[in-house]
Amino acid sequence: MPSPNDRRYSKEHEWVLLRGDVAVVGITDYAQDQLGDIVYLDLPGAGTALRQFEKMGEIESVKAVSDLYAPLSGEVARGNDTLAEKPELVNSDPYGEGWLVELRPSDAGQVGQLMSAEEYDAFIAAEQRDEAIGP
Amino acid sequence: MADATATLRKTPLSDLHERQGARMVPFAGWAMPVQYRGIVDEHHAVRRRAGMFDVSHMGRLFAVGADAARLLRSSLTYDVTRLREGQGHYTLLCNDDGGIVDDPYVYRLDEQRFLVVGNAANADRDRERIAARVELGMDAELLDRQEQTVMLAVQGPAAAGYLSRVLGPEVATLEKRRCTELPYLQYKLFVSRTGYTGEDGFELVTSAEAGRAIWRLLLAEGVEPCGLGARDTLRLEAALPLWGKDIDESTDPFEAGLGWVVSLDDGAEFAGRAALVRLKDAAAPSRRLACLRATDRGVVREGCPVLYDGAPAGVVTSGGYSPTLEASIAMAYLPPELAAEGTKLAVDVRGRKLAAVVVPRPFVAHAKTA
Repeated sequence: MPSPNDRRYSKEHEWVLLRGDVAVVGITDYAQDQLGDIVYLDLPGAGTALRQFEKMGEIESVKAVSDLYAPLSGEVARGNDTLAEKPELVNSDPYGEGWLVELRPSDAGQVGQLMSAEEYDAFIAAEQRDEAIGP
Repeated sequence: MADATATLRKTPLSDLHERQGARMVPFAGWAMPVQYRGIVDEHHAVRRRAGMFDVSHMGRLFAVGADAARLLRSSLTYDVTRLREGQGHYTLLCNDDGGIVDDPYVYRLDEQRFLVVGNAANADRDRERIAARVELGMDAELLDRQEQTVMLAVQGPAAAGYLSRVLGPEVATLEKRRCTELPYLQYKLFVSRTGYTGEDGFELVTSAEAGRAIWRLLLAEGVEPCGLGARDTLRLEAALPLWGKDIDESTDPFEAGLGWVVSLDDGAEFAGRAALVRLKDAAAPSRRLACLRATDRGVVREGCPVLYDGAPAGVVTSGGYSPTLEASIAMAYLPPELAAEGTKLAVDVRGRKLAAVVVPRPFVAHAKTA
């Protein structure tokens, strides 16, 4: 399934949806599928200053723990509190109710460094191809 | 999805797994399914109904001959001569220092035939260690059947019902830890009422052809195919140690809580006996494998330091998320005074201190048989 084209994507498999002066951030369907059953998220609290492409938190699946990266610089407006009780929303609805944080971007120009849906789909296709070839 | 697993050994069922959408991963030199639908779904299927696992990577060594019992007695910690036909028992293979080389399950098929099931990573070493104890004039032969056979585990409260429909009703009459051999197609089928999930269940060893047929029939019956991911969460909830994580050559049976499979009273000589006698005679072990349950949110994993009053008390050997308890659980070696039920500890998860408490084993008691 192609990724939704209303948002931008990072190489770390986060998506960003601009909504007025805030940016909603989540992980992609491909990322949640790779991680498997998500059981815990360590998300930055409101007010935390984030720098683009730097670690902003952790996501734990039954299988493993992975770092979450900020797709844009800015300040966290709020985290998705529902995920504390229902982390599985990231699996079932990664582009909707499974969003992670809302942030106020400090440099709107950084969006240009993210991929379009089409570019992201090509990026994950290449990643899967590399995986298929192996080391 | 052929892959980085191209050079790995494949079980005779691997094409069926791939067709079923399994995600294959390297494990102990084998390409094995880690999950099909998802670890949590597979886990619940085993606790509530039935799931099946391809465990053909496990070592399968037959010991046959008039002296097969004597050979195994000289190799393994448990006195296998006590086993009657059709009985199985958990055992250990130790080194001269009493360290755990492997923790095989041994079954007595009849007076002169035994099956030893060991961990995949240790299969060759188990065979070599046992072979090294064959004495001149002994009537005992070791037959490694890992290559020619498949091994399946069918586990869960409804496993007996499903297997009865596929193999016949006599399977359901098998008692816990018992084994038998049945004809299936033109092959022999070994069936035991054992497993590694903490649930009622069965393990089967048979030819590749028969194994494939049984797998397909069980799949059609609705038994959930399960991967190594669920196998690990299930065995952790049952507090069953995993060799290479919770036990290995640097741990002894007593501190691991496995003294019950070390038979010293019969006086028989076996690998590690002298060291094990010393360890048993010594004061209580200086550490014990304890069960911890996190009371804070987060996932405790292998390698996380365990703290008591802020000071290091041990390291997590196995840890993860318990789908049944919806909390993180773990095992760790702790000083005996801290291993007591109810002790409040903390686990350092990459800098975050999660509160945890020592709980009795197992974490999850098995379901009633349906």
